[in-house]
Amino acid sequence: MTPLLDIRSVSKSFRGLKAVSNVSFPVPQGSIVGLIGPNGAGKTTLFNVIAGAFAPDSGQVVLEGRAIQALRPDQVCAAGIGRTFQIVKPFPGLTVLENVVVGALHRTGSVREAEEKSFQILETLQLAEKCNLPASTLTLPDRKRLEVARALATRPRLLLLDEVMAGLRPTECDQLVEVFRRLNGAGLTILLIEHVMRAVMKLAQDIVVLHHGEVVARGAPAQVVRDPAVLECYLGEETEV
Amino acid sequence: MSRARVLLSLLLLLLLVFPAFSGPYALSVATLILYFAYTGQAWNVMMGFAGQLSLGHSLFAGLGAYAAGALFFHFGIGPWAGVWLAMAICALAGVLIGFLAFRFGISGVYFALLTIAFAEFTRVGFDHIDWLGGPGGMFLKVAQRDQVDLLHFRGPPVMYYYAMLLLAAGALAVCSWLLRSKTGYYWQAIRENEEAAQALGINTFRYKLAAVAISSAMTAISGVFFAFYYNNLFPEQIFNISRSIEIILGPVIGGVGTLFGPVLGAALLTLLAEGITELMQALGWEIPGAKQVFYGFTLLVVVMFLPNGIWPYVAKKLRL
Repeated sequence: MTPLLDIRSVSKSFRGLKAVSNVSFPVPQGSIVGLIGPNGAGKTTLFNVIAGAFAPDSGQVVLEGRAIQALRPDQVCAAGIGRTFQIVKPFPGLTVLENVVVGALHRTGSVREAEEKSFQILETLQLAEKCNLPASTLTLPDRKRLEVARALATRPRLLLLDEVMAGLRPTECDQLVEVFRRLNGAGLTILLIEHVMRAVMKLAQDIVVLHHGEVVARGAPAQVVRDPAVLECYLGEETEV
Repeated sequence: MSRARVLLSLLLLLLLVFPAFSGPYALSVATLILYFAYTGQAWNVMMGFAGQLSLGHSLFAGLGAYAAGALFFHFGIGPWAGVWLAMAICALAGVLIGFLAFRFGISGVYFALLTIAFAEFTRVGFDHIDWLGGPGGMFLKVAQRDQVDLLHFRGPPVMYYYAMLLLAAGALAVCSWLLRSKTGYYWQAIRENEEAAQALGINTFRYKLAAVAISSAMTAISGVFFAFYYNNLFPEQIFNISRSIEIILGPVIGGVGTLFGPVLGAALLTLLAEGITELMQALGWEIPGAKQVFYGFTLLVVVMFLPNGIWPYVAKKLRL
């Protein structure tokens, strides 16, 4: 079966610095894939390439057999990929509901219909009581949830989550994990960048580890966390003392 | 009906019967207020809704005025046909500027500079078009002022007052509708964070161009009104950057991005400016540029104490 998203030998440099180097991996239909790695490993750059914010220097991003690496971000969204931003980008002057409505309007011309859809999504993400507050008043964890709500409102088939668990309390984290599990159960494929291992281990069926822009390990969570290459890039080389 | 609607209806009623009680001077001031309210509303579509700062809106007012003015001057064709030509020309000019800017990633202050540049070189260019009167100006024939000739938009001041009232009320209604439409949501998203807007599937290039086209076409109408109200057009005046500033002061002081801000701002500024002129006349003072100093001072006070404009504050007090 062809994967929903296939990253094929993608490279991206910034002024000679290789941020992403020859990265390839598939995201199977209906799966949850975790993308981990130390700070500066190139995870967010890869997300930006997938989402159309950066064009890759070489390689292909293939969504259901269609190369999408030359598309603009709005076209990537139309193709069925929703994304969140690691550094959250709410529309601060709009209310929480209006923020989500902007996303929902992507699939409908009716503002009323978009409002109803948006309210449902906010309920799922436990932001419904705050729907009439300006987005600028939200705390950081709430803003992260708003990012998710907005992206979901565009009705993506693939959701890119960039560190949405950061700053959440363990119980909140578990709640969000539940939400993603349910969405995944309903057919949504998820690719997530996450530092909170508690969440990654619970969600991901497959983990890809990036280090210095390269894939250093790939596999099932339990297997990846014991991989010496992974331990090395996170903790440094084991040396005899 | 909501409180806002009741108050708005009362205001509209008041404005409808206003000419019956006012003298010619008050009527001319009221017309001027409505003119600035309308033009400010047009500018607000671009900056207040879509976040694209234009400091060269005199370009569209001027092009609109000259387009309809020239049709009347040379061919005797009235403004009802001229206004369409004016809107088309201005929308085209706006789209051209927008295309150049947005295609090449010019935004913010640099975009504002580009709009000034276009207004300025159009001003200089028009000085050299003899067919439009050049620097000596173009003068529309002034017919008798006591009969209403709607076809040629000629008539007594009260006709111009009602025309401007219709335009200002119409613009308010159109903008209110636009702001609640899909396009309005998209504009606001672009204004608040363009990158996030694009990630949510918005073709930001197209929606920004739409904002510029609508705003410039609306401004064209105010230019047509100007031509037929004042009957004389000079490039030096109508394309002047001070005209652009005058256009944006109302919405800036009233509240950028709000629906009623441009109206309130226009009323406050015009009334206060006229008041100061009157006061200085009464005192026998003659200070050139006093109005500009006053504009600057008002802007300073508003920016310092009510940076979002006066209307949001007033709306809160009125519990709207």
